[in-house]
Amino acid sequence: MGKHHVTTTVNGDAVEFLCETQQTLLDVLRDELRLTGTKEGCSTGDCGACSVTLDGRLVCSCLVLAVEAQGRSIETIEGMAAGENLHVLQRKFLEHAALQCGICTPGVLIAARSLLERNPNPSEQEVRYWLAGNLCRCTGYHKIIEAVLDAAREMRGV
Amino acid sequence: MSTMIKYVAKELKVVGTRPLRPDAVDKVTGRARYGADYALPGQLIGKVLRSPHAHARIRSIDTSAAQALPGVKAVVTREDFADMPVEYAAVGELVVNFRDVTRNMMAREKVLYDGHPVAAVVATSESIAREALRLIKVDYEVLPHVIDVVEAMQPDAPLLHEDQYTIGVTPKPDRPSNIAKRIEFVRGDLEAGFRRADLIVEREFNTKPVHQGYIEPQACLASYTEDGQAELWTSTQGHFVFRAQCAKVLQMDVAKIRVTPTEIGGGFGGKNNIYNEPLAIALSRKSHRPVKMVMTRDEVFRATGPTSGANVKVKIGCTRDGRITAAQAELNFQAGAFGGSSVPMASMCAFTRYDLDNVRVIGNDVTVNRPKVAAYRAPGAPIAAFGVESVIDEMAKRLAIDPIEFRLRNAAKEGTQTYYGPKLGRIGYIETLEKARAHPHYNAPLGPNQGRGVASGFWFNIGSETSASLNVNEDGTISLMLGIIDVAGGSRAAMAMMVAEEFGIAADKVRPIVADTSSLGFNFITAGSRGTFAGGMACVAAARQAIEKLRQRVAQIREVPLGHVVWKDGRAQPAEGSATSFSPMSLAEIASVAGKTGGSIAGHAEINAQGAGPGFGVHIVDVEVDRQTGLTRILRYTVVQDVGKAIHPAYVEGQFQGGAVQGIGWALNEEYVYGPDGIQQNPGFLDYRVPVASDVPFIDTVIVEVPNPNHPYGVRGCGEVPIISPMAAIANAIENAIGVRLCEQPMSPPRVLKAIEDALPGKAKV
Repeated sequence: MGKHHVTTTVNGDAVEFLCETQQTLLDVLRDELRLTGTKEGCSTGDCGACSVTLDGRLVCSCLVLAVEAQGRSIETIEGMAAGENLHVLQRKFLEHAALQCGICTPGVLIAARSLLERNPNPSEQEVRYWLAGNLCRCTGYHKIIEAVLDAAREMRGV
Repeated sequence: MSTMIKYVAKELKVVGTRPLRPDAVDKVTGRARYGADYALPGQLIGKVLRSPHAHARIRSIDTSAAQALPGVKAVVTREDFADMPVEYAAVGELVVNFRDVTRNMMAREKVLYDGHPVAAVVATSESIAREALRLIKVDYEVLPHVIDVVEAMQPDAPLLHEDQYTIGVTPKPDRPSNIAKRIEFVRGDLEAGFRRADLIVEREFNTKPVHQGYIEPQACLASYTEDGQAELWTSTQGHFVFRAQCAKVLQMDVAKIRVTPTEIGGGFGGKNNIYNEPLAIALSRKSHRPVKMVMTRDEVFRATGPTSGANVKVKIGCTRDGRITAAQAELNFQAGAFGGSSVPMASMCAFTRYDLDNVRVIGNDVTVNRPKVAAYRAPGAPIAAFGVESVIDEMAKRLAIDPIEFRLRNAAKEGTQTYYGPKLGRIGYIETLEKARAHPHYNAPLGPNQGRGVASGFWFNIGSETSASLNVNEDGTISLMLGIIDVAGGSRAAMAMMVAEEFGIAADKVRPIVADTSSLGFNFITAGSRGTFAGGMACVAAARQAIEKLRQRVAQIREVPLGHVVWKDGRAQPAEGSATSFSPMSLAEIASVAGKTGGSIAGHAEINAQGAGPGFGVHIVDVEVDRQTGLTRILRYTVVQDVGKAIHPAYVEGQFQGGAVQGIGWALNEEYVYGPDGIQQNPGFLDYRVPVASDVPFIDTVIVEVPNPNHPYGVRGCGEVPIISPMAAIANAIENAIGVRLCEQPMSPPRVLKAIEDALPGKAKV
């Protein structure tokens, strides 16, 4: 069967790709566009490692078909820093030692940014529930939650 | 011949601080490359056909239709791999038998579990590879199966291995059994000990298998060339051991396989074993193309990891004042499809925290129709501790003795004779218990339906074969090559920090990498919490060798006797009190002229590190139990642990917090669920529920530092101890909250409700 031609925007760049019908956005990001910062942990939407935003909305890219990216705007971990300036969340993850193996980190960062865009002053509980879709098996979440709360504080300028 | 470097207390500038870890920026920007992130030009995609049965004889395999599918480049089955004789090798804490390794990576006579590999194909795309799997015809004769460990031990249980006679029983049994091995540790006179007891408590516990649950599925990429060389990129805890095993099962020279470890997305013992690696090399050999193989989460659950489910019987006697007089345990562990569970370690750990005269521990290693178990963080110890620490708690309660005080009265200390062999050296169990008792958490008030539990844990920690190499660059910075896989805990950072401390330079002047198998001498797998202990020792030895060369260069340049040159504060200086005077030279100054004074300066070490210091932890947990739903909520959690020395305290805290939460998952939610057909019903993160952020509170940590006398910086290792105590601590807290003791793991809502119901007055005990 022929492939589909898709035109989309990834991290602000216009991108075209060919994909099979059943390929997910995650498959295309990783295998066709070689943006491997977005991770595959389960392919069933349960672990959050593949979190990206689609027109600003947080999604598991393993649950989005690649053809659905047509005409949309996708943001991945590769677009999170602005040049040499890491995003506040990225910097706080470094300062708080909020990562270990790091496989969940891109997804957690994308999800946390999405939270802070909606709620600049989340409570600890709100951060925990927002990130409940992102599994981390190394950290016990402690330092991740601290880093997100600290990033929120800095972004609010307090 | 082994290596120990004595601990010397000194003022520290780098060790104990919290610098940025070298792999961190790559991990927050998506640059870090894990197993599935590697690709080669022309690569093919490999997929595995797996058994849909728990137990079946393979009558025949027909791959002709799959091979005929356009895009399919090769198929391998049992016919493509040599059979292996019985030969044992160490893998992490566990021992493997190559006869079993070759059968686990590809079934031969029988499939022994749901998910057991039967064939593998490689094709130009994943969709073609999947289609090819559907075209392979396997004729199975389905056999009766057994999953439960107690059932598997019965004489009439379905047999996995018709030629398996229990090892460790004399005389040799006259009929085969699922009990692969029986072990026994005895010390003192158990019966006399029980006769002296004023109180004897005996309980039976059952645990389900749980998975390590690393978020990165196994992934590898192999390229085999026409001159018989193979390159392999894989997510592994031990690339040298993977190289050795691949060489063995593929009958290749070790030198012809080069393994480059990728960044590893979690392991916890689950990435100690080869699975797809030899298949990928074999498929590459057959297809003449690079082959990439990535497991799905379903495959990870069905065919890799898990730890044993177990049946544990514990009986302890003590005097009225809480002195243990006798302790007995029987540990029956599922090994999975092949013998070799963690029951030996569990048996040795079971009571080692206590100074006991009379002990008997029996362990049974039992084959069942489940994936072959892999190591899981302090393998076996949490299961044994669940039983022992629950019984200890019950005894303390019945004698109205504070549970930490009860443990202190029996605590192991320096000189305690273990029942499995050595006497314990300088350990910090008593210090850890005392720190826990003094913590504000321990005496904080509790509300209704809330309870507090404590439990302690012991782990050996290990040393073993390790190498490291470093180069002093021309500007005085250091490039450090490690053979120890940084399995996530930050051992790369810790080792670079120890090197920086030795040279007297800043941590960021040392750049570590994990080198491939062709760059360094053999390194054992990262297991047994050995990374920072053994790797650190090798790094210190390498640094000291380079510093010796630096001193020699300065003696030569300044024309002074070598004995008059000391290394201090990052510089070669005149020895204190020596008659010679010369202007000191910094590392950068010496490095800048190294080319003219004899060539570049390097240090390396190839050691067998010994003298690992055991680790002890005490956990305090508060829970609230909802009597209507059976839900247990974790309200507060404190981890207290002796690590010897925390090189990078933030990542030591990370180990405590991560281990505690993994243990909370084990205690409350996680389990493999099987149907009557022996098929796992929850091979995914939706139904196999690991803790999420909203399930847990902040985890408080107290780092205890009783230096290990056999490590230059006092390191013991810290990664495994934190998972030992949670199950027992939570069971004790639930009992404290609602007066009902849970002896079944996981302590999920249905089980808690059932336990509450069973404890109602008038209800017959089951």
